[in-house]
Amino acid sequence: MPNQPKGAIVGIGVTPMGKIYGRRSVDFAAEAIALALDDAGLTKNDIDGLLINANIPGDMDVRSQMVLGFENLTLVNVMSAYGSTAGSMMQYACMAIREGLANTIVLVYADAPLTPSRGAGQSYAGPHRFPLGGMTGLRAAYGDFGANPAYAMAARRHMHLYGTTEDHFGIIAVGQRKWAQLSPWAQMKTPMTMEDHHNSRWIAEPLRLLDCCLVSNGAVAVIVTSAERARDLKQPPVNVLGYAQCAPGDNLRTDRHPAVETGAKRSGEIAFRMAGITRDDIGTCQLYDCYTYTVLVTLEDYGFCAKGEGGPFVADGKLAPGGALPTNTGGGQLSGFYMWAFTPLSEAVVQARGQGGARQVARNDYVLVSGNGGILNYHSTLILSRHASG
Amino acid sequence: MSQTATKPIPVPDEISAPFFDGAREGRLMLQHCTACNAWSFPVRERCPHCFAAKLEWRQASGHGSLYTFTIMHQVMNPGFASAVPYNVAQIDLEEGVRMVSNVIGIANDALRVGMRLEVSFEDVGENVRIPKFRPVVG
Repeated sequence: MPNQPKGAIVGIGVTPMGKIYGRRSVDFAAEAIALALDDAGLTKNDIDGLLINANIPGDMDVRSQMVLGFENLTLVNVMSAYGSTAGSMMQYACMAIREGLANTIVLVYADAPLTPSRGAGQSYAGPHRFPLGGMTGLRAAYGDFGANPAYAMAARRHMHLYGTTEDHFGIIAVGQRKWAQLSPWAQMKTPMTMEDHHNSRWIAEPLRLLDCCLVSNGAVAVIVTSAERARDLKQPPVNVLGYAQCAPGDNLRTDRHPAVETGAKRSGEIAFRMAGITRDDIGTCQLYDCYTYTVLVTLEDYGFCAKGEGGPFVADGKLAPGGALPTNTGGGQLSGFYMWAFTPLSEAVVQARGQGGARQVARNDYVLVSGNGGILNYHSTLILSRHASG
Repeated sequence: MSQTATKPIPVPDEISAPFFDGAREGRLMLQHCTACNAWSFPVRERCPHCFAAKLEWRQASGHGSLYTFTIMHQVMNPGFASAVPYNVAQIDLEEGVRMVSNVIGIANDALRVGMRLEVSFEDVGENVRIPKFRPVVG
């Protein structure tokens, strides 16, 4: 039996995603929150807490509360650990509810970096993002922009140490595209073969275009309350059984080896212990997938296979529809949509409720969710379930 | 007439000036903590190992090895449009810091993780040089 829930997810809202131009982040946020309230059968007046995930442009600040029209909140804050934040927000929301600081809390991420004149890469890491002063200018002088080069270098190191191949990355991308074709929320529906993956253009070797996540305009909102209160609401409650963070520190030291161990290891161990379940209980994983490599290294560090064996582990297609460990069942960030860890979190809620339709997995008792921020600098883990001992 | 975009040229700020001054003179300058004896990079005010505000600039050996690298094809800045494909590398220096830089004097397809490298300075603008790395011969 699992341990008592720390809180419960009772509503989710996901806006249309992708190249939707001319709208501000906060407008997407308002739409997502309205959808989540409707999903939960709640009204705005039921909300007394608001946690905002800071985005890169910084246009979702604490004043968003007033644009959104929330009143008399007893908990409000903006949180930032980049792509791992959704997990940390869930932690803080559950703790705040248990401590009596608020009863029903909205978590929201919204972003709108895409414009008609800029591609995804330019939107996310183009020159407008990089001043030339000091050390930042030094990075720019080397042509080191955004996350792509750093993740490519992490992937290269893994290939060097363990013999991981392009096919191992490719099978992850191909499998997630299959999932995306089954999800109404996904942006990328065109079928993808391994050949398509290998023929897609290089972004930063060893990563190709189809190894890299999308960039999306849109928003996701999630509503959290106590497990007790959740029982009376509209949706089957999704209990939060375990949560943890691990931020390993700066990788620019010669004694740090992120290919050998990321924050997923420690974060996962803590979350499983808290939830009172084991890895074998997990029926589906929703893993942060900014790149195909991130999925592979996260599976290793959660212990689904031995360190270095992530490539052979995924090679049989076990993450894809019909596989033994269905993973990123909405297409993830690679083929679904890119809302930082709100991508895996929202899909986890759908799967735990059993509302996945064509993409619903059979074993949905326990769902594992990961968040990852920076260059493997911040990690969060959530374990969700419709079950609880409480 | 379209102008050819130039690569970004770093502008030293107060705290990083000794790094760039050293580079201009062909010396790789890094911060070293006189309290705990650790080296650190990138530039900062206090030692990340012991918090002492006792960082002094010392010349580093300039010797290291290639920890990992990528070949960049995506043009993220117009100044690199004619440079792609170019390499970006992490170099593990003998001092214990891992620097991001470029490896020069070698074809991209000859790069190998673990190869020995030494610092080499390259002019990138008027009176601005930055440390890059080249394979150790022999």
